[in-house]
Amino acid sequence: MMPDIVISVENLSKRYLIGHQTSQRERYTALRDVIGREASNFVRKAADLLHGRQIIQGDDVEEFWALQRVSFEVKQGEVVGIIGRNGAGKSTLLKILSRITDPTAGKVRLRGRVGSLLEVGTGFHPELTGRENIVLNGAILGMTRREIRRKFDEIVAFAGLEKFIDTPVKRYSTGMYTRLAFAVAAHLEPEILVIDEVLAVGDIEFQRKCLGKMSEIAKAGRTILFVSHNEAALRKLCTHGIVLCGGRASPKQNIAATLDAYLSQAGSGLAYSWTRTSWTNQPTVRFESIAASLDGAQPTMRLQCSCIIVSEQKAPLSLIAVDVADVNGFPIMQAFPSTEPFIGGAPGRQKVEVTIDLPPLIPGIYSADFWIGPHNTETFDFLRTAIKFEIIDSPVRGRTFPHTRDHGSIVPNSMAYVRTNKDTSVTNAFGPVAS
Amino acid sequence: MFQEIVIEAGRAERHYWRDLWRYRELFRVLARRDVAVRYKQTVIGAAWAIIRPFLTMVIFTAIFGKLANLPSEGTAPYAIMVFAGMLPWTFFSSALADASGSLVGNANLISKVYFPRLIVPMAAVGVAFVDFSINFVMLVGLMVWYHFVPGWQIVLLPAFVGLGLFAGLGPGLWLTALNVKYRDFRYVIPFLVQLGLYVSPVGYSTSIVPEKWRLLYSLNPVVGVIDGFRWCILGGESELYLPGFLFGICVTVFLMWLGIRQFRKMETSFADLL
Repeated sequence: MMPDIVISVENLSKRYLIGHQTSQRERYTALRDVIGREASNFVRKAADLLHGRQIIQGDDVEEFWALQRVSFEVKQGEVVGIIGRNGAGKSTLLKILSRITDPTAGKVRLRGRVGSLLEVGTGFHPELTGRENIVLNGAILGMTRREIRRKFDEIVAFAGLEKFIDTPVKRYSTGMYTRLAFAVAAHLEPEILVIDEVLAVGDIEFQRKCLGKMSEIAKAGRTILFVSHNEAALRKLCTHGIVLCGGRASPKQNIAATLDAYLSQAGSGLAYSWTRTSWTNQPTVRFESIAASLDGAQPTMRLQCSCIIVSEQKAPLSLIAVDVADVNGFPIMQAFPSTEPFIGGAPGRQKVEVTIDLPPLIPGIYSADFWIGPHNTETFDFLRTAIKFEIIDSPVRGRTFPHTRDHGSIVPNSMAYVRTNKDTSVTNAFGPVAS
Repeated sequence: MFQEIVIEAGRAERHYWRDLWRYRELFRVLARRDVAVRYKQTVIGAAWAIIRPFLTMVIFTAIFGKLANLPSEGTAPYAIMVFAGMLPWTFFSSALADASGSLVGNANLISKVYFPRLIVPMAAVGVAFVDFSINFVMLVGLMVWYHFVPGWQIVLLPAFVGLGLFAGLGPGLWLTALNVKYRDFRYVIPFLVQLGLYVSPVGYSTSIVPEKWRLLYSLNPVVGVIDGFRWCILGGESELYLPGFLFGICVTVFLMWLGIRQFRKMETSFADLL
């Protein structure tokens, strides 16, 4: 083990046994079958008990590998973001690293004290006051009494709860509760900090405070493993990243590359057409199908949409809107091709062609929502992410370094001028992108 | 340089007992939490800790001493004899019951943070010890009331308190570990405690047990503890049945060993099973 490597994970695997209740899928069951099954279940469970095995609910047992041969190394002072969809194994990995559960195979070496923050307010007791809970939670997270006493005022001030510190936490609002809990955790000072999704709580102001505190911790040279779905937080805090997918880990890379790889993977399954498949909660005027295509060349791309719209009965004239969002669903723009209602209200089917001029978008995956209604306050039909399209070329010609989401979604037609002292004439040094 | 921790499948923690000591703060805090929480939002609060054993003592004295007319130990008042038996029994039974349910009751902690899991049942026993101390003060009050002076044996009482603690902790550890995996034990424990009250010499004196059954009777580890308590408190009024007592200690040691072994074996899988 190299001296500056503080976490080394080798071929880590974790298996869980899960049971399925196949019997519940059958619609009709005879009493005889039920008795027979219960009897065999009982025999099996009794045998499990005698052999000291785990009892599994259900009559069908399956192995599930939450982690498969995961290996990586983390150096001192690195902040590593762990990214992956729900069920990818992130929490299992953190649980093994924080010694809550044992791996099935593989090895982890940790150099230094590990503080884990898998949940905000672990062990908080509703009947106890804020003051008592700080002591309790601090001890649970591994602080000594002296450490807690030293940081007590700081914790209370960070949470902003000076007035309520002697009130039982069951009288706290959810926000106050999480603030207090995070405040305790933020003052933990282990060499390795393991954090799971804790920024999803509290208001914006408090989230910012938490992020600030975490980057402070990171700057102090501590090693942090951080699981989050918050792209902005990951980008801001982490130096490196690992993508987990189905229990397998990608190699460790810098955070921007990791996020781009993950986001393009998450956005795969581009959809240039959409057709209605479900008929529940049917609006009177609705989209039947949409076909979209990109044309033009960067930086003036157009999204051509051909929409089939159906009116069940006579309805007021409607108008259409298209929202474009980035791969995270963050809205970029809204297009109203016409400000006046123009789509005929007579019953029947009609085709509407919509052309949307796209701004100079950086390469990546984007989605479009479609809306139809008689007025901006009334909706007939609203389709979220009906279309997913990909921009491949950069809007900037001859750009030598690749675009990432760090640079925003839109490249403006910016210009720069250089003025030298000798010559007052103006030169176009970095011309606008050609149009 | 920092201490290196290696996590591997099925690897026993090398520094387990040292860690346990390092986390003693958590032990104190958890025990204090349980004590603090117990009588929250009750009208008479901590008075419950006094009323419950007092009423039990009154009932036992009335039923066994007056109605059934069972003999006391020598000249000692029946109430003190009962209380001297109830004291270790309540300690033992609440230590056992609380320790047994402790892991499942603290599931939220165990699935979210690491600490030596032994702390949890130990803290539960700590809470039982607090109750025991309150009851002990009551016993002193009772002795003052009856103008009863204990003999020199009273100085040996702490040893029997320790014995009672281990007698409760051993099976408690075993049961709490199994309870995580097989919740059936949750239903076994109250039954066990209830039954134990009758097969232990709480309401009566061991002297009414026939001589030939005494050794078998001592298989129950609480018998030795209760007899020891009576011997200490009532002094010369009650004599200690030595073979049975030593036998009881052996049973306690065995249960303690069994409990720790079972607990340590299952410890790493607690988080997955809860």
